[in-house]
Amino acid sequence: MVAGLINANPIVYEKKERRPRTGSVVLEDEYAVESIDHMVVFSLTFLHHIRDIKDPEHPYSLEDLKVITEDAIEVDDKRSYVRVTFTPTVEHCSMATVIGLCLRVKLMRSLPSRYKVDIRVAPGTHATEAAVNKQLNDKERVAAALENPNLVDMVDDCLAPSFE
Amino acid sequence: MAEKKYELQEIQKLQGHTDRVWSVAWNPVAGTDGTPPILASCSADKTVRIWKQNPQTSAFNCVGRMRVHTESVRSCSWSQNGHLLAVASFDGKVSIWNKTETGFEFWHFLKGDKNIEVESVSWDASGAHLATCGRDKSVCIWRVEDKYTFEVMAQLRKHKQDVKMVQWHPSDEILFSCSYDNTIKVWPRYSDHDEWNCTETLDHAKKGHSSTVWSISFNATGDKMVTSSDDLSIKVWGAERRQSGGSYGPWKHLQTLSGNHDQTISSVHWSSEGIIASGAADDAICLFEENQDGLESGANYKLLLKKVKAHERDVNSVQWSPKEVGLLASSGDDGTIKIWKLISPQ
Repeated sequence: MVAGLINANPIVYEKKERRPRTGSVVLEDEYAVESIDHMVVFSLTFLHHIRDIKDPEHPYSLEDLKVITEDAIEVDDKRSYVRVTFTPTVEHCSMATVIGLCLRVKLMRSLPSRYKVDIRVAPGTHATEAAVNKQLNDKERVAAALENPNLVDMVDDCLAPSFE
Repeated sequence: MAEKKYELQEIQKLQGHTDRVWSVAWNPVAGTDGTPPILASCSADKTVRIWKQNPQTSAFNCVGRMRVHTESVRSCSWSQNGHLLAVASFDGKVSIWNKTETGFEFWHFLKGDKNIEVESVSWDASGAHLATCGRDKSVCIWRVEDKYTFEVMAQLRKHKQDVKMVQWHPSDEILFSCSYDNTIKVWPRYSDHDEWNCTETLDHAKKGHSSTVWSISFNATGDKMVTSSDDLSIKVWGAERRQSGGSYGPWKHLQTLSGNHDQTISSVHWSSEGIIASGAADDAICLFEENQDGLESGANYKLLLKKVKAHERDVNSVQWSPKEVGLLASSGDDGTIKIWKLISPQ
């Protein structure tokens, strides 16, 4: 385990006021869904699952630190494909793989199992971008990581709901 | 010319595992002389299940469950005589089992230096050597003699990343390995010594894969090899014997098959009739056969059929039965194993 924090002074962004969901975006109303861009609906819904994940090092959410933004999720519902792009707070962030794992686990637990999830760091935001992306999407490495009790504890801590 | 229409028919769905099934392996001799076919399956539920076909009903039933590993069981390999089963686990150990009249007898563990995931095991044709590989980037060769006698003969550390699979050549004493480092390495045995050197690395420069290579399989004669990758392609390679009685090599790229899967292709397997099966994370199984035109030299494989949604989720493994023509087993993240029959057009 790293003794000092990777990023001792993260920038904390002002929380964006969340617009309450109006009737026209409610998914129960099938006819309303037809008239709205499917992608937007799915993206916002899926974003809801991951925006509150806590950063592994600080008591802030990934959204607070702008690791995840509203553009973070792309959904292709027909192909059951979801891509999440996140921005680590620093270029050499070794927590990138933990964050990636948290995202994957949260989506695994929240989405129907038909979805193929692709997780990557935003281009240009990490020194070893290709290596991190490859690791985040290797099923065997992810599976083995999730059998490591220390890593699982870390992930569960990040995914635990916080009460404000 | 009339279009041939092949069909991959689902014969049975085997349920029982409680987590993803990483791989399946057919016993190489069961299915001959009136003995029913036997299949072993490995799962993230930490168990190995043994399935045997009931001669009266033709259905496969689970006849055994082995639970000795503390983490996912990733893959397994039967010895050529069908008596021994080697099992690779994420717990860093390989367990060796002896098939008896009444069941399976645990012999011992093969342990590495650390508890790092073992990802693949493969017995050679003679049964004298067992190769293992895994996350520690190494390939190990063991000699397993009996219940009490086993030793490591070589530790090969040339790959730069996790070694995903090891596979012996069907007839020659050559070991092949493929890796997260995007390469395939060839390790022939040095004359009669217990020494293996990497004589070839099939990388991008040799028209190899551009991402992790997950699987290797040989055709029946051993002069062709097929590999599959995270780069979404399947590659066919070929070699000739160096001289009369010499080993196969060097290996040359013959053909790249792409555009058939849109997620990582975890497994490929070549049937004794020459049909290549592939299984991928797009939930599909594809079958390829050689073009019979005879107009082109080298290799000319084409898609025979694509079974979309072969499993509810990722397909992790495909394996042709060694004895029954056109019988295919597959396993997936949906926790099931499926038995398929390739039906030729009438």
